[in-house]
Amino acid sequence: MRGLRLRSNIDNLLTYGLVIVAYIVMRLLIAGGNISSALQGQLVPITAYIVMAVSLNLTVGVLGELSLGHAGFMSVGAFSGVITATLLTDTIPTTWLRLALAMLVGSLIAAIFGFLIGIPVLRLQGDYLAIVTLAFGEIIKNVMNTIYLGYDKNGIRISMESANALKLDEGGKVILNGPMGAIGITKLSSFNAGFVLILITLFIVLNLINSKSGRAIKAVRDDKIAAESVGISVWRYRMMAFVTSATLAGAAGALYALNYTTVVARKFDFNTSILILVFVVLGGMGNIRGSIIAATVLTVLPEVLRAFNEVRMLVYAIILILVMLVRNNVTLRQLFQKIGIKRRNSLANNKEGDDA
Amino acid sequence: MTFLSYLISGISLGSIYAIIALGYTMVYGIAKMLNFAHGDVIMVGGYMSFIAMINFGWPPLLSVLFAILVCTVLGILIEQLAYKPLRSAPPLAVLITAIGVSYFLQNAALLIFSANPKSYSSIIPFDSLRLFNGQLIISGTTIVTIIACIVIIWTLNTIVNKTKIGKAMRAVSEDKEAAQLMGISVNKTISVTFAIGSALAAVAGVLLCSAYPILMPTTGAMPGIKAFTAAVFGGIGSIPGAFLGGILLGIIEILGKAYVSTQLSDAIVFAVLIIILLVKPTGLLGKKTLVKV
Repeated sequence: MRGLRLRSNIDNLLTYGLVIVAYIVMRLLIAGGNISSALQGQLVPITAYIVMAVSLNLTVGVLGELSLGHAGFMSVGAFSGVITATLLTDTIPTTWLRLALAMLVGSLIAAIFGFLIGIPVLRLQGDYLAIVTLAFGEIIKNVMNTIYLGYDKNGIRISMESANALKLDEGGKVILNGPMGAIGITKLSSFNAGFVLILITLFIVLNLINSKSGRAIKAVRDDKIAAESVGISVWRYRMMAFVTSATLAGAAGALYALNYTTVVARKFDFNTSILILVFVVLGGMGNIRGSIIAATVLTVLPEVLRAFNEVRMLVYAIILILVMLVRNNVTLRQLFQKIGIKRRNSLANNKEGDDA
Repeated sequence: MTFLSYLISGISLGSIYAIIALGYTMVYGIAKMLNFAHGDVIMVGGYMSFIAMINFGWPPLLSVLFAILVCTVLGILIEQLAYKPLRSAPPLAVLITAIGVSYFLQNAALLIFSANPKSYSSIIPFDSLRLFNGQLIISGTTIVTIIACIVIIWTLNTIVNKTKIGKAMRAVSEDKEAAQLMGISVNKTISVTFAIGSALAAVAGVLLCSAYPILMPTTGAMPGIKAFTAAVFGGIGSIPGAFLGGILLGIIEILGKAYVSTQLSDAIVFAVLIIILLVKPTGLLGKKTLVKV
C-alpha cells in the first residue's frame, strides 16, 4: 500500500513537473521570439482545452461514464464568465482579479448546472446516460442562442425576443445578443492565467483521485453493486465526480471566452464535446498526464499541418483513425513491438484492456 | 387544417429520421457500437445521387440506385478497414474511430465538392396532392418519403424475422460467442448489417435532400444526431422502436417549430427525449436487461 502511494505521488509530481517545464519552455520561446503568432494565439485555447480534457477524464476515465455534452458546461461557464467580467468592468479595474472572479462565477454556475443535470443523468447508465448528456449539451446551445441580455443604469435586462426588446437606456450595453453570442468582450485571459488554472485543476483532480472519495468513485466505476454492498453511496460519489467535472469545465469556458472579443454558443456544440472526448480517449482513460499531452498535441496538430493546407483536416482524421487502430488492435500492436517501438503499458492502458 | 398539414410534414420528416435510425439501431444491436459516421454516409448518398443526375444526366431512379450502390460499398469498406480490426477493443476506442471516419468523410467531401452548398432538385416527379378544395396540400416528396419508410420498415422486419441471415443477425445480437459456436460467421453477419445500414443511409440521403434541398459536406451531421436520438428514444436495438422513435421525433420537431419557437425546436426534441428516458430508461420499446451479480 505504501509503495503504491509512493508511486502515485511520484506520478503526480511528474504531471505537475511536465506542466511547469512546458510553461517555462513556452515562456522562454516567447521571450526569444521563436514562436509563430498563430501558435501564440493558440496558447490560451490550449490551456482551456487541457482543463476541459482533465475534467472530462474525471467523468469518463475515473467515474467510467461517457459524457457527450461536456462543452455544454463550458458554454455555461463561458457566458456567465463574460457577463460577470463585463458587469464588473467599472467596479474592479484590476484585470487579473476580474478574470479570476469571472472564472469563479463561471465555475459556480456550471457547478449548479452540473448538479441539476446530474440528478436526471446519473439515474441512467451506459449509452443512455451518454445520449442524455448529448441532449443537455444541445439544449444549452439552443437556449443560449435565444437569450438577449444587457445592462444600463437601472440594472440587468433579459429578453428572449431581440436586442431591441431589452429597451436599454442610452449608455446601456448589450452583452448577449442571441445567435450573435456574447459581443464586445474585453480580452482578459492570458497564458499565465491559463497556466494557473491548469495547476489548480491538477491540484483538485489529482487530490480527489487519490483521496478516499476518489477510491470510492473508482469502486463505483468498477462495480456498482459491489460498491453499494460495502456501504458506498453510489449516487453521492457519482454526483461528486460529475459536479467537479462540470465546475472545472465552467472555469475553462470563462477562460476561453475571455480570450476573444466575441463568442457564439455554436462554438460549444456537440463537435467540441467530441473533440474533448477524443483528447481523453487518446490520452488514455483515467490517465491525467495523457489528457494534457493529447489536448496539447491535437490542438497544435492542425496548425502544424497547415503546410498541407487543404488536406490538413483529412490528414488529422487519418491520423486519428490510425492511432486508434495501432493502439487497440492486437496484431498491429505486436507488429510495432516487433520492429522495436516499445510502448509503456501504463496502468490506464491495462484498465482499458480490462473493459473489453 | 394547418395542424393536419404540420402533422403530415412531421410524419414525413420523421420517416427520414426513422430510415436513418434503422441504420444506427441495427448496427448497435449487432455490433454493439455507436456508428457516428452513419450521418456522413447520408451526405455521401446525397452527393452521389446529385452527381448521377446533374453530371451524368441519369434518370432519378437510376441515380438513387447508384447512390445506394456506392454507399453500400462504402459502408462495407469502412467496416472492414476501420471497425473490424477493433472487434475486441473497448467500446470507446471504436467510438473514437467512428468519429475519425466521420471527420474523414466530411473533409473528403469538402475537398471534392467544396463547402459551397449545392441546390438539390427533388428527384420525385409527382405533383402535389390537393385535398379539401386545396386547403391541404401534400407534396409528392412527402408522400413518397412516407411510403418509402413504410416499405423499408416492413421489408427489414421481414428480413430480420423470416430469413436465414435475419436469424443469424438476431443470434449475433443475442450472444456473439454462442452464435459463432453454432456455425454463424459473425464477421459476415456484421458486414451484411453495415451494408444494409449504409444502403438505407443512401435512401435517407436522397429523401432528405429532396425535402430540404441544400447539400453540403455537413448535411448529414445534424440529421445523424437526431436519428441517433430517435433510435435511443424508441429503444436502441429495436426495429419497430426506431420507426416509432423517428416518427415521434419528426412530429415533435415540426409541431415545436410551428407552435412554440423555431429556434427552440431542437431543445424541445431533446427535452422530450430526456423525459422519456427518465420515465422509461431503456426507451419506448427497448428491452430491459437485468444486471446479474
